Amino acid sequence: MVSPIKSYKNTFVILFITLIIIFLINISLGSVYIPLKQIILSFFDGNVEKEAWKSIILHYRLPKAITAIIVGSGLSISGLLMQTLFRNPLAGPFVLGISSGASLGVAILILGASFLGANITSYAFTNWGQATAASIGAFLVLSAVILAALKVRNTMSILIIGLMFGSLTSAVISVLAYFSSANQLQQYLFWSFGSLGNLSWKEILALLIVYFIGIVLVVLIIKPLNSLLLGENYAKSMGVNVKRTRNITLIATSLLTGVITAFSGPIAFIGLAVPHLTKLLFTTSNHKTLLPAVAVSGAIIMLICDSISQLPSSEYTLPINAITSLFGAPIIIWLLVRKRKINY
Amino acid sequence: MSTLHKHIIKTSNLSIGYASKKKKNTIASNLNIELTKGKLVCLLGKNGIGKSTLLRTLTKVQPALSGEIFINDCNLKDLNNLELSKSLSLVLTERLPENNLSVYELVALGRQPYTNWVGTLTEKDLHFIKTAFEQTNTTHLIKTKYYELSDGQLQKILIARALAQNTDIIVLDEPTAHLDLHHTIETFALLKKLASEFNKTIIVSTHEVNLALQLADELWLMTPSNFISGETEKLIVNNDLDTLFDSNLISFNKTLKQFTILKS
Repeated sequence: MVSPIKSYKNTFVILFITLIIIFLINISLGSVYIPLKQIILSFFDGNVEKEAWKSIILHYRLPKAITAIIVGSGLSISGLLMQTLFRNPLAGPFVLGISSGASLGVAILILGASFLGANITSYAFTNWGQATAASIGAFLVLSAVILAALKVRNTMSILIIGLMFGSLTSAVISVLAYFSSANQLQQYLFWSFGSLGNLSWKEILALLIVYFIGIVLVVLIIKPLNSLLLGENYAKSMGVNVKRTRNITLIATSLLTGVITAFSGPIAFIGLAVPHLTKLLFTTSNHKTLLPAVAVSGAIIMLICDSISQLPSSEYTLPINAITSLFGAPIIIWLLVRKRKINY
Repeated sequence: MSTLHKHIIKTSNLSIGYASKKKKNTIASNLNIELTKGKLVCLLGKNGIGKSTLLRTLTKVQPALSGEIFINDCNLKDLNNLELSKSLSLVLTERLPENNLSVYELVALGRQPYTNWVGTLTEKDLHFIKTAFEQTNTTHLIKTKYYELSDGQLQKILIARALAQNTDIIVLDEPTAHLDLHHTIETFALLKKLASEFNKTIIVSTHEVNLALQLADELWLMTPSNFISGETEKLIVNNDLDTLFDSNLISFNKTLKQFTILKS
């Protein structure tokens, strides 16, 4: 008897080719038209016809496309982890209160700036300033959720605790917003729209380092995640240290989602929708297959969303969060109606 | 002579129940079990008497209140999850979470205690999985998704998963609770075969008392007053079964070896 576990080699090859094509399309789109040949030349330090083209690609479009890949894959992996851990198809990367924490941090920084003095106000408008505030906020709220989680045995309760912290922080943000100026509100609103652009290579490097630590942790728990598919009691009876697996899952998700939210804002729906979409192509629950599949699909979908948000050949860029939600919500509805049930 | 037998499960003065900081809720105490290898044991008792608590304690899901448990002469306290998973496997009543696992993948998960860090199946693993399917007569199901199975098929697959784990002991908590008579009898016949032909030690909690009386090598009776364990025949002779249910409506008929309803 040959092992009847499918390897999905062909599907992976097709996905990778799609990723490369979408990546190139994404880079060739924008307010300035640049021929594809010139784009590829600029990657390899070749002689590009116009110096401005090279600059646009290397300092604007390429960083944005790479950010999209990191954000899309990172959020999708986090979503899958949360869906497996909570055995709930509606769990996403933000159930642990990371986005609400990050939002609170940024809200306090921007909206509370008037209480804090001018120096910090100017710092508030830099990427690093917002990333720092988002990280601190996410870390604090996440710690509160995890501390509460350690007290409860039931994994489901963590989900509800996370939701409650979300309500708490949005209440605080509402109060802050009430006392803020229109200018500050607009600044906060722009952050909450999410953004893939505007990251320097230095910032991308910081993003990448944390991303890779998260990925390494995820790879380490592929096997126990599979046994958790049968529930915690079975997992335990198969020698899995359930508590340790749960903690590593929470840490990996926090790192991935936290760093992504810090640099590009709370990007909605990708983490929730991509795992479900991926499972249409890969009808398996094996994390050895699903994790890379979800990562590549997430990257592809984020690149597509970003390409749409460019409004091809126009000068406007739509908020990325609007695009991901416009795309994510109908998909979940369609899945539910079509299959009448979703697996996770 | 009993000292010559190696006990696969032995308990001494075991107390089971739940303890919190404030109070201790003892469900049963003074449990002394001595079980040798290759037996089919049925754990009987009415609802709420503590059958699940006993099984949970024996399988280290919850701690004992006091006393010792030995699995293959090792104190259960000294075994970690991984070590225990190589000598004891479970079939639980709880519903499996919904997912896309195929029957083959589900049974293959039983090999987890033996596979490497990413769960690669070796030739040896494939062999044990194949044997598990053969022993349960379920090879034809390998390509189906587990959620497509009927309750009877699912129960066999869960038993196959426990077999793939290749443990001396398999503990099943009410495996026939959702099954009709046909599948209940098939499941019990399978368990009997696993004990007698493949030398597995099988502990089943069940409410199928009449079936248990016909098939079990040993019975563990949890009665309101005490815990009695022993060979089925011996317990029948000793009139121990009368104490199982403290109801005026049921009585044990010694000649039929069955429980019957008393007609008033």
